Amino acid sequence: MHLAYPAVLSALLFCTGLYGVLARRNAILVLMSVELMLNAVNLNLVAFDVWLSRTAEETLHSGQALTLFTITIAAAEIGIGLAIVLAVYRNRGTSDIDRLRDTAESHDADGPDRDASTAPPAEKAEATA
Amino acid sequence: MTTTTLAVLVPLLPFLGAAAGLLLGRTAPGFVRPLAILPTLASLVLAAVVALRQGGDQPINAATELTPTGSVPIELALYIDGFAALVAVLVGVVATCVQIYSTGYLREDPRYPSYAALVSLFTSAMLLVVYSGDLMVLLVGWEIMGICSYFLVGHYWETPEARAASIKAFLVTKLGDVPFLIGLFALATDAGSFRITKVLGTVASGGLDHPTLIALLLLAGVAGKSAQFPLHTWLPDAMAGPTPVSALIHAATMVAAGVYFVARLLPVFEASQAAMIVLAVMAAVTMIGSGLAALAQDDIKRVLAYSTIGQLGYMTGALAVADRGAAVFHLLSHGAFKALLFLAAGVIIHAAGTNSLAAMSRMKDLRARVPDAYWTMTVALLALAAIPPFSGFFSKESVLGAAEHVATGHAERVPGAAGWVVLGAGLLTALLTAAYAMRLWLLAFRGRGAEAPDHGRQPLTMTVVLWVLAAPSLAVGALAYRVLPDWFDGRDLAPTLTTSVLGTGVALVGGIVTYAAWRHTAAVAARVPLGAVAAHPEGDAAQVEAEAIASHAPVYGGVAYAPDPADPGRLLLGPLHRHAAVGFHLDAVYRALFVRPVQGGASLVRFLDREVVDTYVRGAGALPRWLGIAVRRAQTGNVQTYVSALLAGTVVLAVAAVLVATGA
Repeated sequence: MHLAYPAVLSALLFCTGLYGVLARRNAILVLMSVELMLNAVNLNLVAFDVWLSRTAEETLHSGQALTLFTITIAAAEIGIGLAIVLAVYRNRGTSDIDRLRDTAESHDADGPDRDASTAPPAEKAEATA
Repeated sequence: MTTTTLAVLVPLLPFLGAAAGLLLGRTAPGFVRPLAILPTLASLVLAAVVALRQGGDQPINAATELTPTGSVPIELALYIDGFAALVAVLVGVVATCVQIYSTGYLREDPRYPSYAALVSLFTSAMLLVVYSGDLMVLLVGWEIMGICSYFLVGHYWETPEARAASIKAFLVTKLGDVPFLIGLFALATDAGSFRITKVLGTVASGGLDHPTLIALLLLAGVAGKSAQFPLHTWLPDAMAGPTPVSALIHAATMVAAGVYFVARLLPVFEASQAAMIVLAVMAAVTMIGSGLAALAQDDIKRVLAYSTIGQLGYMTGALAVADRGAAVFHLLSHGAFKALLFLAAGVIIHAAGTNSLAAMSRMKDLRARVPDAYWTMTVALLALAAIPPFSGFFSKESVLGAAEHVATGHAERVPGAAGWVVLGAGLLTALLTAAYAMRLWLLAFRGRGAEAPDHGRQPLTMTVVLWVLAAPSLAVGALAYRVLPDWFDGRDLAPTLTTSVLGTGVALVGGIVTYAAWRHTAAVAARVPLGAVAAHPEGDAAQVEAEAIASHAPVYGGVAYAPDPADPGRLLLGPLHRHAAVGFHLDAVYRALFVRPVQGGASLVRFLDREVVDTYVRGAGALPRWLGIAVRRAQTGNVQTYVSALLAGTVVLAVAAVLVATGA
């Protein structure tokens, strides 16, 4: 199989994931898109490892080993990510990341000395509820 | 112990007492009173021993180099001649009396520990000035006295008068001290040494290049310290301090330092005829002006303050006719009776609950409440008015005799004009002195009207020292004028017939005229009620005095003035009274000449700082602030926006990397 097929496939997967990360509102879907991007990378790693090992006399298949690492870490990451999303949903009643804007700079603060009290009190109360 | 060791201990003991008092004042309040009195008493005893051992013979002269300076060396030097020995005894006597008196006067004062320590430091500084044989070391004592007087005059700093007075005392004396310092440097440059002996040696051999300039520069410092015209204005205002401090400053320490300094360096001043004329005119203006001002004051302590200025005028007058024996003789006798006058005035203020003579003149039988103060103050006022045989008579006659001696042309080195100026002013001042002494006595002790308030007996510590000081005021003059020439230059101090008759005559005239005026006006007094007394008459004397000072201006319309038509001074001075009460508007002149321009300059600087400098600072901060505002706009809180920016950045970097790699 020519290298171009898996490379194009992985590029498509990556772009899909990127689009998802940038455009989806639901945090779970964003996490799924991140998984897509990671798998695109995995695919690339495996494909290039195979392509490189074809010419080499001896190989350690480091690409495939790295893939295993990535899969493991991705599993842990998605676990933590989903847990966070679940906690946020329980607190806020929503997992819409457009509405999770606690770190935003409030627009009424002009002077540098007012940075400390940027977040409105209502939002803070919401965050700690 | 050798005399030198004893002499070193004399200024050192009060200094150690002051240091210990400041350190232990809070932790061990029981030690404060012994620490205040005992070192001063010990240094008095030692000063007396030094004086006895010195005995007016060869001066004690010892020195050790303090530090190599490269040019003119500074030495820790002692130079004790008869003048120094006797003045040190006077300082010791007055300081001991003041310390004992203060324990009663500031009995309940919470700041007594620091007060007593500062009085000790003050005493130590004066003793240093008296004994020092090196002009730089003398200057150290001189300046310590300045700062101590600032703290002590401002002891009642709760009152605005005391705050203003302490700053004024400090600034006016410093105004004189700057030329004084330059003068000392000029003198040392000419003489090649700060040692008094070497300076006098240089003067004797005619080695002084600019005698007039040096003498005039030094005179500025002396005028500031000894409260001579035109730098005398701090002294009447310094009355806002506690009475014992006034006694200390006026009798023995601060103001005496200037006169003593000139006496010690008299040959330097004698080298310049112009300086002697300036000294004589300064003394004359001071004497007459202060006499007139004293006659118009309402505050009993301000009367005494102006009288101090006048008596210091006599001393500078004696110096202007080159008789330092007479000057120091008057310094000694004046020190005794002026300390007595102030301490007695403190007792009277405590008993009457007011410092206003107008209010006292409306109290019947005030003298019965304070018999000790009454009798001792009578003695001191007679001494002040130079009535024989009190001590003031002999010392004042020695001044007038010296002036007459010069005026009639018996002295080669002093211009006769100086003699005439001093003699004329001295006789006129004798008249004025007797007049204001009489006025003070009549108003304070011969009042009519309501009974004086009765607060019981005064503390024993406050009355005993009055009698201690009354003895020298009464007797020391007659005994001393025969003995003192041995200690001093050897010049005769006995009163001459002409000046004695003239001086006593004008003094009697002054007293009798004032008495007549008082008889004339006393009837009015009963018709015009006036006066206010302290809010806490049962408090200790310091509290009563502070309240009296604070209430004087609101009640009577000025610190120095009372609208009392029954005042004999008003009748005697006529239209002059209004001007004399405010010290001939000298304060207003200074205000226009110095205070206003300085305040104007200060507000200009403030404007420049606030409006000009700060504008640049604010402008420098504006650009970063705007940048910060713009950057903060990007902080939306939306994670996807951040990731988009991250992506855009990555793409830009990747494109750039590719372009660089391909060499495009």
